[in-house]
Amino acid sequence: MSDVVLQSIVKRYETMLAVDNVSLNIRQGELVALLGPSGCGKTTILRMIAGFVPVSEGRITVGGRDLTRLPPAKRNMGFGFQNYALFPHMSVGENVAFGLEMRKLPKADIARKVKLALERVRLGHLAERLPKQLSGGQQQRVALARALVIEPDVLLLDEPLSNLDAQLRNDMKLEIREIQHSLGITTIFVTHDQDEALSVADRVVVMRAGRIEQQGTPDEVFAHPRSHFVAEFMGVTNLLQGRSEGAERFRLATGEVVAVPAASPAVGDFAIAVRPESVSLNAGDPLARNALFAQVDLATYRGLVIDYRLKTASGLIVIARRPSPAVGGPAPLAAGERVQMSWRPEAGVLVPL
Amino acid sequence: MGPIAVNRIYAALSALVLAFVVLPLVAIVWVSFFANKILSFPPTGYTLSWYARAWAQDAFRDGFITSVQTALCAVVISLALGVPASLALVRYRFPGRDAIQTLLLAPMIVPGIVGGAALFMAFIELEVLFDVEIAGTLPGLLVAHGLIALPWTVRLVTASLAGTNRSFEEAAASLGAGPLTVFFRVTLPLIKPALVAAALFSFVISFIDLEKSIFLVGPGRTTLQIALVSYLEWNLDSTVAAVAAVQILIIGALLLVSDRYARLARAF
Repeated sequence: MSDVVLQSIVKRYETMLAVDNVSLNIRQGELVALLGPSGCGKTTILRMIAGFVPVSEGRITVGGRDLTRLPPAKRNMGFGFQNYALFPHMSVGENVAFGLEMRKLPKADIARKVKLALERVRLGHLAERLPKQLSGGQQQRVALARALVIEPDVLLLDEPLSNLDAQLRNDMKLEIREIQHSLGITTIFVTHDQDEALSVADRVVVMRAGRIEQQGTPDEVFAHPRSHFVAEFMGVTNLLQGRSEGAERFRLATGEVVAVPAASPAVGDFAIAVRPESVSLNAGDPLARNALFAQVDLATYRGLVIDYRLKTASGLIVIARRPSPAVGGPAPLAAGERVQMSWRPEAGVLVPL
Repeated sequence: MGPIAVNRIYAALSALVLAFVVLPLVAIVWVSFFANKILSFPPTGYTLSWYARAWAQDAFRDGFITSVQTALCAVVISLALGVPASLALVRYRFPGRDAIQTLLLAPMIVPGIVGGAALFMAFIELEVLFDVEIAGTLPGLLVAHGLIALPWTVRLVTASLAGTNRSFEEAAASLGAGPLTVFFRVTLPLIKPALVAAALFSFVISFIDLEKSIFLVGPGRTTLQIALVSYLEWNLDSTVAAVAAVQILIIGALLLVSDRYARLARAF
């Protein structure tokens, strides 16, 4: 079993606290994404698990074995680097064979395993090439094969998709997930891209300033952000500040009173997080109790959708997103047009300020 | 003044500086073909006889061989010390790191005469202390030349290491390689161009040294540069120019080769 357990991990650099008392249990076979903006400590955590960076305080165990003070070479982890870090002076085959040579396997076994590992990522025919002769996506797959061929206890991936273009990123996302599921290998994946984290991970851990801000399944984190920060990070652009008055009533800072879900916290200062997709325009939806009049302030064409910035007479600003005519959406609105915007109370989530 | 005018002035200035550097070299090569018995101007005719005469001089031949041997040893010493030192300087943080870096580069800054005199006096002190001969010996000369070459190796190799992403070494470590294996299988191959450049540059720096060697050579063991100076004391003919021309050719070729491996300009 290779449960990964981080116990109160702290990483202190001279003047700053990069990781501030993080504890995390990762189950055998789980794929966990560490998600957060740059500088939140996610990469530092990954590098501490790999042993590249010493831990200031706390303990790291894998399958009960304490690795906190072990050098990287003794940890049996597969690490995927953002720049792939394929040895430029070795062929693809030699790169993949490196970890097996370090384990002093017989030559015949190495050759067989290298072949299998490269075939698994569909690159069996490129074993003789040098890394620089491969495309970015192929290099990424070689890096994956090299990390996995040593049969590591844990696979650590540092922004594995950030250097690939959009199409390739999608393919690679699926490929990583497929390989991870078929091998059942415990995997920790660092990314700053919420879409990547949501679509690949079993569990998403959102980090901020060296601490865990929220964790849960992709749906939990996406649909029920528990803080202003997580809501914003999950792409909620409308965070309307105000005061919850109880009885599903919420008074916005600009004076309007809107309805919020029944389960919302009782009284206090909060923001309602409403996704721009949840805001309807001139819908006449009888369930949309939160209806306000506003003027289109700015329309931004984004291909599949058009974003409208709406402004009420009281100064409240709300972004609404509608499908563009290109995908059968309604005719675009012009700046200055008056509209009725509305959203269902259950589309809003109350988050602390 | 328009940008074109500025560019022209810049180009003219650059050409002037280049001429200032190159003209003496051209002149000495030219002079090496003069038929005049004594170094003088204008040439009375042209001849290759100075080259033959230079080769016939035992002092120059032996000096050349000593210089090449010394330079080869300087290469070995400066790489053996400079590469591990560079690795420590670039890859680790430790107290006194900046001081050590400055110290390693110091031989480049201290005037050669001063460094040579200092070494000579230090050697004499050591001779007195331990009752062994150092100052006029080959090992003494080799230590000095290793020292001359060391800063250049440290400069070139630290620049190359600093420009090499650590992730290659980390990848090797996480695949199970210990520190030594990482060094020999990954780090060294990655900085190979800098190693070649450092070796060639160390060779050249040692080969052309006069100031330090002059204090440290023993009887019957002079370097080529010292042989040249001694010759000039009593003779003033184009033999020296011929030797110089050959040296310019060799050193120029070495620098061109080393520049192909690592842009020297990038290390400074």
